[in-house]
Amino acid sequence: MMESLVISLVNAVPVLSGVPLWSITLLVMVVVAAVVLTFALTYAGLATYVERKVAGDIQARVGPNRVGPVGLLQFLADGIKLLLKEDIIPTHADRFLFALAPYLVFVGSFAAFVVVPFGMGLIASDLNIGIYYVMAVTSLVVVGVLLAGWSSNNKWALLGGMRCCAQIVSYEIPVGMALLPAVLIAGSLSLQDIVRSQGGLLGIFGWNLFHNPFTFFSFFLYFVAALAETNRTPFDIPEAESELVSGYHVEYSGIRFAFFFLAEYGDMFVVSALATSCFLGGWHVPFLNGEALPAVWGNLFSLGVFLTKTLGLVLLMMWVRWTLPRLRVDQLMRMAWKYLVPLTFFNLLGVSLWLLLFHGKGIPQMIVSLIG
Amino acid sequence: MEPKEIFEKVQARFGEAAVELQEEGFRPAFLVVSPEKVREIGRFLRDDPAMKFDSLMCLSGVDYPDRFAVAYHLHSLAIGHQIGVKAYLPKEAPSLPSVDEVWPAANFQEREAFDLFGIVFEGSWDLRRILLPEDWEGHPLRKDYKYPEFYHGIKV
Amino acid sequence: MKSNATALPTEEMLINMGPQHPSTHGVLRVILRTDGEVVVNAKPDVGYLHRALEKIGERVTYPQFMPFTDRLDYLASMNCNAAWAWTVEKLAGIEVPERAEYIRVIVCELNRISSHLIAFGSFTADMGAFTPFLYAIRERERINDLFEDICGNRLTYNYVRIGGVSADLPDRFLEKTKEFLDYFEPKVPEYNKLISYNKIFVHRLADVAVATPEDAVAYGLTGPNLRGSGVPFDLRKNEPYSVYPKFDFDVCVGTGERGTLGDCFDRYMVRINEMKESVKILRQAIAQIPEGPVMAKVPRMFKPPVGEVYFRAENPRGETGIYLISDGTVNPYRLKIRAPSFVTMNIFEKITKGLMIADVVAVIGSFDIILPEIDR
Repeated sequence: MMESLVISLVNAVPVLSGVPLWSITLLVMVVVAAVVLTFALTYAGLATYVERKVAGDIQARVGPNRVGPVGLLQFLADGIKLLLKEDIIPTHADRFLFALAPYLVFVGSFAAFVVVPFGMGLIASDLNIGIYYVMAVTSLVVVGVLLAGWSSNNKWALLGGMRCCAQIVSYEIPVGMALLPAVLIAGSLSLQDIVRSQGGLLGIFGWNLFHNPFTFFSFFLYFVAALAETNRTPFDIPEAESELVSGYHVEYSGIRFAFFFLAEYGDMFVVSALATSCFLGGWHVPFLNGEALPAVWGNLFSLGVFLTKTLGLVLLMMWVRWTLPRLRVDQLMRMAWKYLVPLTFFNLLGVSLWLLLFHGKGIPQMIVSLIG
Repeated sequence: MEPKEIFEKVQARFGEAAVELQEEGFRPAFLVVSPEKVREIGRFLRDDPAMKFDSLMCLSGVDYPDRFAVAYHLHSLAIGHQIGVKAYLPKEAPSLPSVDEVWPAANFQEREAFDLFGIVFEGSWDLRRILLPEDWEGHPLRKDYKYPEFYHGIKV
Repeated sequence: MKSNATALPTEEMLINMGPQHPSTHGVLRVILRTDGEVVVNAKPDVGYLHRALEKIGERVTYPQFMPFTDRLDYLASMNCNAAWAWTVEKLAGIEVPERAEYIRVIVCELNRISSHLIAFGSFTADMGAFTPFLYAIRERERINDLFEDICGNRLTYNYVRIGGVSADLPDRFLEKTKEFLDYFEPKVPEYNKLISYNKIFVHRLADVAVATPEDAVAYGLTGPNLRGSGVPFDLRKNEPYSVYPKFDFDVCVGTGERGTLGDCFDRYMVRINEMKESVKILRQAIAQIPEGPVMAKVPRMFKPPVGEVYFRAENPRGETGIYLISDGTVNPYRLKIRAPSFVTMNIFEKITKGLMIADVVAVIGSFDIILPEIDR
């Protein structure tokens, strides 16, 4: 998408043909990155507001309703408050690591936005190793969290950091293996290819979710494992407020804390976006061949569909958070290693066998070919 | 069982150690025993099948005008009767054996009596101050307690 | 998952679950020595809230001590007030009018429901389910409104007096209470559906911190903690006082339904079921309450006879006992309050051996301790 943007820009504005190509590419990259980051941060801010409203609804109370219409500007107020807070670093904390940790966590979470397929042509960079890149980059969070826990010079933070590290690392395996069926069906790691492999003409039944029973199962396994990856209840042991007093970010305040907080919501979006792209048909508008429409409308519709699906999953995560209690650490680890890993492994085996036996056709396609 | 019967049983077993029975104006009645035998008498009261006082309701220190006392209130879950046991202690260096082997529920309450009265419970598996800081001086619930002026430089 | 890493040498970590902690139900300090996540030794350190109530008791008069009993267990104020009133009445042989006794039972049972609601709410919040706490608070607000009608206060009531209660029930109080009971009764099964039998919740609590019946009796557990271990002992049934013999209700006992008998889940379920029983008692009390005076004739300068008395009442947290020594003057000579949470802490060190840190939080919550009572 970048290259096409650059070329169309150069063609549109003749003045720019004299400027070297690399500078225009750089400019385009910066602008695209700024757009994506703005979207991500706005989303994260609004997500905090929505979370509080959802929480209030489930808990039979109102939620924020003072700042702005129905409390919409609450996240701005919170952001400004956090910015203005005193920057406290504990006395014997390791200052450099203490300052570095939030940035690592933030980068680990928001760098994954680059490969999220927002729409038909709306993707910051369609890497051909899309899923692989996401898995790798989100692992940066582990390093950040461990540094946060260690450098705070606080036993509670250390415990929280260690738990979080163990949890994220353990759950990466089910996450990866649960995503592989989609990769197998598409035959490519690139997220746009995976989305394109789920046809739009079949409507909902073109989704990977209904391709075969194993991918159906895979979606739920992925969702559960991804909940654990993002440290959300019922897997929020690392930041268990009532046990570890906020775990690894207990010593953080002000803007540093805001980074951790935003990274969590960013993670939620990335995880939901992956689930949508791989299992729920991505940006495909049901029963519509998006390619036939003019570019603007096609992109707009697909963006709308994509956001609806992804934000719906984010809402589901919030719903689950306010309903379920928390798993204990050893129960969490047991679930990952004794249940999720074998299940995702056999799932992968099942999908591979299916694709071999039925030549890559899913159930809906087979039904259609039987009828038509 | 009536307090009188309990008193007679204890007297039959321990002789001199069962000093007297306080009944009038005391609900439940108190068996006054000599302090050295408190643990054995407690064990006897707990294990004897006719009495079975397996629950220590309350253990308190008392500062009478002329002497200290430790009052135990016992209750039997199986049979349902209650009795009190009291041991009088002299004002200087009050100490008696601990009953936390007999009723583990005694531990915190003995620590409280030690903390607030200064009564030493010998043989207790953990006797430290509980409600007041470890380095507090004096035993507040004594009638002759003088409030300190300062504690670690803070005006009290 | 208990640690059996014998091959790898590990160091013990000393963690301070300090006085300020979201889930220690007050200013409790627990000094944890852990081997990784497994607790080797957990020593409670109390005394941060010691206000010398017993010493104060020796300097004020008998009626003046009533507000201090409010602050003993502030979530069950009425029960503590009533315990003090019953003790002094037992000592002095005061005859309390029947209507006053009925009113006392009504407010005590309402307070029991409200205290168990907080226990339920904060316990589930400690376990990570934040929502039930707000439902409990919503129910408790209605009870607070009822209490505000009666005595003007929402937390520390100071309503019961020696010889009766301070004022008669206001207009329509009994109807409002009945409305509340009709509203509240279907809520308890709703809580059970929402959280009590949730798989994650049960897994957190089943087989954790088992207190055998013998241990429970020996270590002085009382009230719901004792009944959670399977011992069917309830002071309101076994040693009835006030007008409790006139009511028909069941004693809730733990049955080991989801794990071992005496684990955290049993204690939790006993409290949930006790709320239902309190509703039963309240309905009967509202139906049976007679007319009459609400205060006996007690002299201004109240001087009870010389003597010693021990009285215990069934409070939401256990049995509150008061050992009162009177020397015939207007002030008590010695006033010892046997607080249930204080004696319950005896078992803490033993029962937390080998648990994980997250379970320590579950233990504190399931014993439903409250610090003002422990520290007095």
